[in-house]
Amino acid sequence: MADATRLPTTITQVSQGTAAKGGIGESTLRPDGTLKVTGEFAYASDLWHEDMLWGCTLRSPYAHAEIRSVDVSEALRIPGVRSVMTHDDLPAATHYGLEIQDQPVLAKDRVRYHGEAVAIVAADHPETARRAAAKIRVDYAELPPVYDEESATREGAPLLHPGRDDHHSGHVAHPNILHRQPIVRGDVAAAKAEADVVVRNDYEVGMQDQAFLGPESGLAVPAEDGGVDLYIATQWLHVDRDQLAPVLGLPAEKVRLTLSGVGGAFGAREDLSMQAHACLLAMATGRPVKIVYNRYESFFGHVHRHPAKLTYEHGATRDGKLLYAKCRIVLDGGAYASSSPAVVGNAASLGIGPYEVDNVEVEALALYTNNPPCGAMRGFGAVQACFAYEAQMDALAEALDMDPVELRQRNAMSQGSVLPTGQEVDAPAPVAEILRRVKERPMPPQRQWESSPSEGAGTGVDVRALPGGLSNTTHGEGVVRGVGYAVGIKNVGFSEGFDDYSTARVRVEVVGGEAVALVHTAMAEVGQGGVTVHAQIARTELGVSRVTIHPADTQVGSAGSTSASRQTYMTGGAVKKACESVREKVLRLGREKFAGGHPAWTEGAELRFEDGKIVTAGGEAVAALADVLEDEAVEDEVVFRHRPTEPFDLETGQGFGHVQYSFAAHRAVVEVDVELGLVKVVELACAQDVGKALNPLATVGQIQGGTTQGLGLAVMEEILVDPDGKVRNPSFTDYLIPTILDTPAIPVDVLELADEHAPYGLRGVGEAPTLSSTPAVVAAIRNATGLALRRVPVRPEHLTGTGTGADA
Amino acid sequence: MEFLRPASWQEALAAKAEHPSAVPIAGGTDVMVEINFDQRRPGWLMDLNRVPELHEWETGEDSVRLGASVPYSRIMENLRAELPGLALAAHTVGSPQIRNRGSVGGNLGAASPAGDSHPPLLTAGAEVEAESVRGSRRIPVEEFFTGVKRNALAEDELIKYVHIKKATGPQQFSKIGTRNAMVIAVCGFSVALHPESRRVRAAVASAAPTPFRATEAEDFLSAALDEEGLWDSDRIVPPSVARRFAELCSAACKPIDDVRGSAAYRRHAVGVMARRTLTWVWESYRNGGRGGARNDEGGTRCA
Repeated sequence: MADATRLPTTITQVSQGTAAKGGIGESTLRPDGTLKVTGEFAYASDLWHEDMLWGCTLRSPYAHAEIRSVDVSEALRIPGVRSVMTHDDLPAATHYGLEIQDQPVLAKDRVRYHGEAVAIVAADHPETARRAAAKIRVDYAELPPVYDEESATREGAPLLHPGRDDHHSGHVAHPNILHRQPIVRGDVAAAKAEADVVVRNDYEVGMQDQAFLGPESGLAVPAEDGGVDLYIATQWLHVDRDQLAPVLGLPAEKVRLTLSGVGGAFGAREDLSMQAHACLLAMATGRPVKIVYNRYESFFGHVHRHPAKLTYEHGATRDGKLLYAKCRIVLDGGAYASSSPAVVGNAASLGIGPYEVDNVEVEALALYTNNPPCGAMRGFGAVQACFAYEAQMDALAEALDMDPVELRQRNAMSQGSVLPTGQEVDAPAPVAEILRRVKERPMPPQRQWESSPSEGAGTGVDVRALPGGLSNTTHGEGVVRGVGYAVGIKNVGFSEGFDDYSTARVRVEVVGGEAVALVHTAMAEVGQGGVTVHAQIARTELGVSRVTIHPADTQVGSAGSTSASRQTYMTGGAVKKACESVREKVLRLGREKFAGGHPAWTEGAELRFEDGKIVTAGGEAVAALADVLEDEAVEDEVVFRHRPTEPFDLETGQGFGHVQYSFAAHRAVVEVDVELGLVKVVELACAQDVGKALNPLATVGQIQGGTTQGLGLAVMEEILVDPDGKVRNPSFTDYLIPTILDTPAIPVDVLELADEHAPYGLRGVGEAPTLSSTPAVVAAIRNATGLALRRVPVRPEHLTGTGTGADA
Repeated sequence: MEFLRPASWQEALAAKAEHPSAVPIAGGTDVMVEINFDQRRPGWLMDLNRVPELHEWETGEDSVRLGASVPYSRIMENLRAELPGLALAAHTVGSPQIRNRGSVGGNLGAASPAGDSHPPLLTAGAEVEAESVRGSRRIPVEEFFTGVKRNALAEDELIKYVHIKKATGPQQFSKIGTRNAMVIAVCGFSVALHPESRRVRAAVASAAPTPFRATEAEDFLSAALDEEGLWDSDRIVPPSVARRFAELCSAACKPIDDVRGSAAYRRHAVGVMARRTLTWVWESYRNGGRGGARNDEGGTRCA
C-alpha cells in the first residue's frame, strides 16, 4: 500500500548457534521481544497513511434510553469534517455478533448500555472529529435499567431484545435470560441423605477487565475494486471479516484483513470494536480512515469478564469423600450476546471443578441487562466457577477438620474419571500430583521484609516487601501471614460441536543457496508466542534454520481464534501438518531426481529432514535439501481439525463437549496487614501440566502472566457499575492492575504428560493458571484473617469491616 | 489551543497577566492526563520549562526554597535530610517516570484533596510564594487549599517557590492505596515532631474536601507530651495517648464514599496510620533523631 507506514512485515527468524537447532522444546527468543521493550514495535495505533482521516465515535451517556432524535447538522458544518453517520446511514446489515447478531452497528431508537456507539465521524484531524462528535445532538429519554436477575426477570421487566428468535430463545424461561445450561447426573437428593457434612454458600465475582495495554485501533483503506483493506489488531481475522462483509454490503473476498501489531487481547478483541466503523467511514469518504481509542473509550469499546453470583452446596462423608455437588451460576451478560452462550456452557460443564462427584445438579445462565456487555476473557466462565468451588473445598475441609489439600487430593479426578457431562477424561489428569508439588515447595522465609541486622542499626525494613509497599503503611505492625491452595480445570479449544479448524500454508525454497521455509497463517499473534512456535515447528519438521513468518491476513484460510488456549494446538497443528505434506512432496521430488542415486531413495526407507539435509534413519545424509529443491518451491496449504465434540443436552447437560482439559494448581503465600486491610502476595507457586512445552520459556511466561491476572481479580481488578448501569472507573487511575511490586515470585513447575490426541502431545497453556490463582490468593487471605470472604476482588473494606451498604 | 513558551519568569508573569486562563504546565503529569482524557481544553497552555529558577532549590538557615518545578526524584535524592516527610511522600508518587517529571508546584496548582505532597508541607510548615505582575506574596500552606481542586491563587498569579521549614525532628508520611505502588491515595497522613517548639503537627489528605491539619489532635498530643515530660525523657508515648491521638485524627476527617474507598474505611485507616507513624517518629526521636538531620525513615529502604 502506497503512502502507508508501520504496516506489518514478514518476520525472519534464524536459529542461533550450532548446538541449538531452534526446534520445538527449545526456548528460542521472541522475534518481537526486543522491539516491544525498546518501543520500536509497530502497534495498530501506530498505523499511518498520508491521506488518512480520523474516525471518532459518539457514545451513549446512559445505560438505557430511548433515542428520540439525532441531529448531525451542526457537526457536518464544522470545517474538516468529511462524514457523519448514524444508524440511518448504514448501507446494508445493521447488526452483528459472534453468535447472535443482536448488536447494532450504531444504535437505533434505543441505547442499551453506557457507552454504546450512536454515531461516527470522520475528519481530517482527530481533534476535529472529536469536536464534531460533541456537536451531534441526541435527544435521549431515559428508561429504567435492568441490572440483575431480579430486575431482569420480574413481572413487567423491560425486555432488552423484544421478539427474540435466536436459537436460545426457545429454551429459556424469560426473554432476558440469554442462555441456560443445566447439568444433571446421578441422584443428588439420595446422596444428600447420606451426607455427614453439608456446606452451602453464596459467592460473588466482580467484573474484571482484560486491561490490555494497546487500545483498540485499526486503519481501513478503500480499494479500487470497491472493497476495503483493513489493518487491524484482533484475535480472529476471518470472523471479523465474516461479520464485516454483511455490514458493508460486500462479498467476503472484497473485505481483506491484515493483522497489525496487537498490544494484548485476553478475549477483549474477540468481538468487533472499531472495525465496522472505520470501514464504513472509509467507504463513505473514499479515504483511508484510522480509529484509535484512548484508554477511557477502550473501557467502553470491548466486553469484560462476566460478573457472577454463585450458590454452591457440597455434601461429603465424614472422611471427606464428596457425595454430591449443586450449584447455580448467574452470569451478567450485559446488553448484547457476545460470546455469553459459550461462557455459560463452560461455567456449567466445568462448574464442579477437577473432582470426581457422582451426583451433580448444575444450573448456569446468562442474563441480558443494561450493564456493560460481557464476553470472552481468559478463563472464559471457568474462572468464576473455580473461585466458588475452591472456596467450597476450603469451607468443607474446615467443617471436616481436614487438611484442605488432602481433601482435594482425595476427590481429585484422574485419567479415566467421568465429568458431570458424562465425558470421560481420556488423557492424563494429574490433579493430585500438581497439588502435591505446590504443597511440597519450601516456604518463603518468615518476616521476609526484614533485612539482616547490620551496622548496629537494628533490623532494617524493606517496605516493598510489605503490604502497602512504597506507600509506607507498615513496618511489620498488624502483618499476618496466610497460605492458601487451589486447583482448576479448563477446556482447550472450541467446544460443544463447533467446527474448530485452522489453516496453514508452508513453502520451502532455496534462497541464497540455503533451503528456507515460509509459514503463512491467519493466526493472530496477540503476545502468546505463536510466531516463535511456528518457526520452531517448521525447523523441527523441515530441518531448516531460516524461517520466515508471513504477516497474518485473510489471503490464507482461517486460523480460528487466538483464544481458548487453542492456537499452539490448532494452528501449530496445522503448521505441523502442512510441513508433513511439504516433506512428502519434497521426497517425491527427490525420488524423481535421484532415482539412480543413493539406494535409500528407492528402497522406500524412512527419510528425515535435518540440518538442511535429507538423512536416513541411521543419520546418513542422502542429499542436501537445497539440491532436491534447486529452483523449485514446494508448497502446500492444509486444514487441521481437532477431534469433533458435541453440544451439551439442553436438559441434562450430557455430551462429549470438550476437546481437551488442562490443569493448574497454585499455592499462595500472602502477608495481610489486618488492621489496614492491605495485602502483599509474597509467593504464588504454580504447577501445571502442559503436555509438551514447545517453548519452555514462553510456557513459563504464559503461566506467570495468567497467574498475575488471577491475582489482579483476587485483590484489585474490578469495573464498578452504578445501579443505573453507569461505569464508575473507566481509567487506569481507578481500574487497578498489578504492578511489578504487586507481583510476587512465581515459581513454576511444568509437567509434560503427553496427550496422545494432540500434536506433540501438547496441552493449551494460557488459561488454566488464571483460574486457580484467584482462589489460592483469597484462601491465603482467609487463612490470615479468619474472614469468610465470599466475594472477589477482596477490598480493604472487606478486611476491616468498613464497607458501605452492599459492600459491608 | 495556543501554546505559550515564556523564556523567563518575567515573560511568564506577563503572559499570565495577558491570558489569565492560561494553564501552566511543567512536568505535565496531571495537566496532560486531563487534556488527553478530554476533561480540560484550556485556551492557552503555558510551558514553564524554560524558566530556570523554577527548577532550582536553595537550602537556607531555617528553610528550603523549593522551585515550583523541581521534580520529586530530585527531592528524594537531595533533600531527604532537610525535608524527610516530603521525601517520603515523593517516594509514593506514581512511577519513576512520573517522579522524574512531577513537582510540588504542580501538585499545589492542581490542589487535589489527594495530593501526596500536601500533608508533609502542612506538617513541616510551608509557605507558597505566588507572584504576578502586580507583585509577590507568601501564602501559608494552611490557607492555600480553598476547596476540591481549588486554591488561593489569583488568576494572574503563578507559583514560583515553596518555602518549607527544615525538619528539626523526625517526620513521617504514609498513604493508603489499593495496590502496592503507582496509586492515588485513598487517604494519606503525615506527622512531624518539632522538638524546638515542643509541638507535633499532623495532616491528612483525601479524607475531606481539602488536605487539612488535625489541629485538635495536634494540640492534644503536644499537651500530653509536655504534661508527661516526654520530650526530655527516654520513654515511649503511652498507648492511651497514642490511641487518643489516632481517634482525634480520625474524627477530624470528613470523608466521602467514592470509587477508591468508603468513608468509613478512610476514617479507620487515618487512625491506624496516625498511631503507627506517631510510634515511628517517636521511636526515631528517642533514638537520637532530635536534630532532624538524620534520615528519619526508621530504617526504611525504598526503591
